[in-house]
Amino acid sequence: MKLTIRFYITCIVLLAVLFLLALACLLYGSVDIPASDIGNIIMGKGSDNAAWDIIIRQSRVPMIITAALAGAALSVSGLLLQTTFNNPLAGPSILGVSAGAGLGVAIVMLATGGTIGTLLGTAAGGYITTLIGALIGAGAVLAILIAFSAIVRSSTMLLIVGILVSYLASSIISLLNSVASEEGIHSYVTWGFGNFSGVTTGQMPVFATAIILSLIAATLMVKPLNALLLGTRYAENLGVNTHRTRNTLLVITGVLTAVVTAFCGPIGFIGLVVPHVARFMTATSHHARLIPTTILAGADVALLCTLISVNGAHGIIPINAITPIIGVPIIIYIIVREKIHN
Amino acid sequence: MQLTTHDLTIGYITGKQTTAILSHLNLNLKQGRLTALLGRNGAGKSTLLRTITSASQPIDGSIDIDGKDLTAMNGRERSRIIALVTTERITVGGLTVTDLVSLGRQPHTGFLGRLSQSDRDTVEHAMQLVGIDHKANSYTSDLSDGERQKAMIARALAQDTPIIILDEPTAFLDIASRIETMQLLHKLAHEQGKAVLLSSHDLSQSLLMADDLWLITNKGKLIDGTTAELLKENALERLFDNPRIKFNPTLLDFQYQE
Repeated sequence: MKLTIRFYITCIVLLAVLFLLALACLLYGSVDIPASDIGNIIMGKGSDNAAWDIIIRQSRVPMIITAALAGAALSVSGLLLQTTFNNPLAGPSILGVSAGAGLGVAIVMLATGGTIGTLLGTAAGGYITTLIGALIGAGAVLAILIAFSAIVRSSTMLLIVGILVSYLASSIISLLNSVASEEGIHSYVTWGFGNFSGVTTGQMPVFATAIILSLIAATLMVKPLNALLLGTRYAENLGVNTHRTRNTLLVITGVLTAVVTAFCGPIGFIGLVVPHVARFMTATSHHARLIPTTILAGADVALLCTLISVNGAHGIIPINAITPIIGVPIIIYIIVREKIHN
Repeated sequence: MQLTTHDLTIGYITGKQTTAILSHLNLNLKQGRLTALLGRNGAGKSTLLRTITSASQPIDGSIDIDGKDLTAMNGRERSRIIALVTTERITVGGLTVTDLVSLGRQPHTGFLGRLSQSDRDTVEHAMQLVGIDHKANSYTSDLSDGERQKAMIARALAQDTPIIILDEPTAFLDIASRIETMQLLHKLAHEQGKAVLLSSHDLSQSLLMADDLWLITNKGKLIDGTTAELLKENALERLFDNPRIKFNPTLLDFQYQE
């Protein structure tokens, strides 16, 4: 009973923080806009300053929604990977899923004559083509991971495979970029920094729908996810078709990671760290409580990163410069705690 | 409910090669009785248990439950017939004993796994039966080995199956917990009318507690019978190759004899 109450309190706190962070992201940015004007713009009354109107409606609001959704998506993706591979250090960036998606994007961009940084809208086939590229790339890495997880039983080895796949994908992207224009390289580097301001209002419906549907799908997997906590043999004995379950989970993970990576770049650490934050806050591994908490905490962490990112003294700070500062201490804590437990 | 094997051959398949470990098994698992599966390492105990729980396919022959082919059933049907407890330690933290035992209800719950009041009662009852209810709110990672094994047995009980299969349930336990666990399984078989099958290396406890034995001999044959019968026939002598390792019926254990 105590744990149930703790879960509800956690959710309320995370929701309140989400609201405050979203408000802060709305109020503070590289351009100072009076709060009263922001209020008017949000309420639909508009502002006398047309530039402010555009900044709020076409930059800050989409950025807040993007960050919240991307944070939730990457975090749930990490949670599913951690349960599927029974590995607390699994996550979409460390296992190379993000890099695979990035490689898919890079190949599509070069093949269609665009550059990665300007992918959103300039590729010949539009952003849907790049999205498909990202899905194929993420899917390919997940297929490699499945194949290796059948051969190497050790979860540490699987992580190393993921890291190697990551390096390989990054290296291929760099090679592809060597045939790209100087401008293309610049925009690739910018893309690699990660940012949540790349989704335009026109693209938002596709971005949001894909992520929300995948998050719902993940929520519907609560029962088999809980069974998998005991390992595949117990899960099978409880009537779970572990092959089908694992494939379904990896498809959901792939879609979540690919969509975020295509639009926001390869964002590190959030997917790995947030599920642990959620476990810590709710004191449970039970997915019925873990998934909602992970969604909210993921949105919070991404918004916090965004708030820091847009308030740099000399312009925008890359998201990927902020996530490790939050992520690395938590990962070290996990590793040390695991060592003590064993 | 009765589990029967018909001319069952078990083993493993690597690539195109099939290796049979035990052949022509015609066994019968009886309800209300505790059956111990004994044999040296590599004799095929785990393979037999894996085959019965459908983790491995039989090479030949069949296993049926009341005349229904077990291998033809889907996972969900099987999950309501056989509950499993393995040797391997579960590694997950963050699950309380109640959470863990509740997972045993999965074969009976709906799509999202929500527990009804009667599911909760079954879980509560299972924890009381094995005597782990005082730890209901403790995390499984904080339990002793003996307590964790009790929690796993409670989970199997909550699954509410006529058959419970345990692969070396006492392997990591100290002697007191071993005796307690065997006593508990004996009680569950007799008082709950379950068919309980376990594999073990703990000979003396198995001989004391088990009603029936399945002995895998050093010649790769499986002898089955009641414990009393097999003790009388001195069948245990056939477990090991070494002629100097003799069975001592008073100690109910093996001894080295010069």
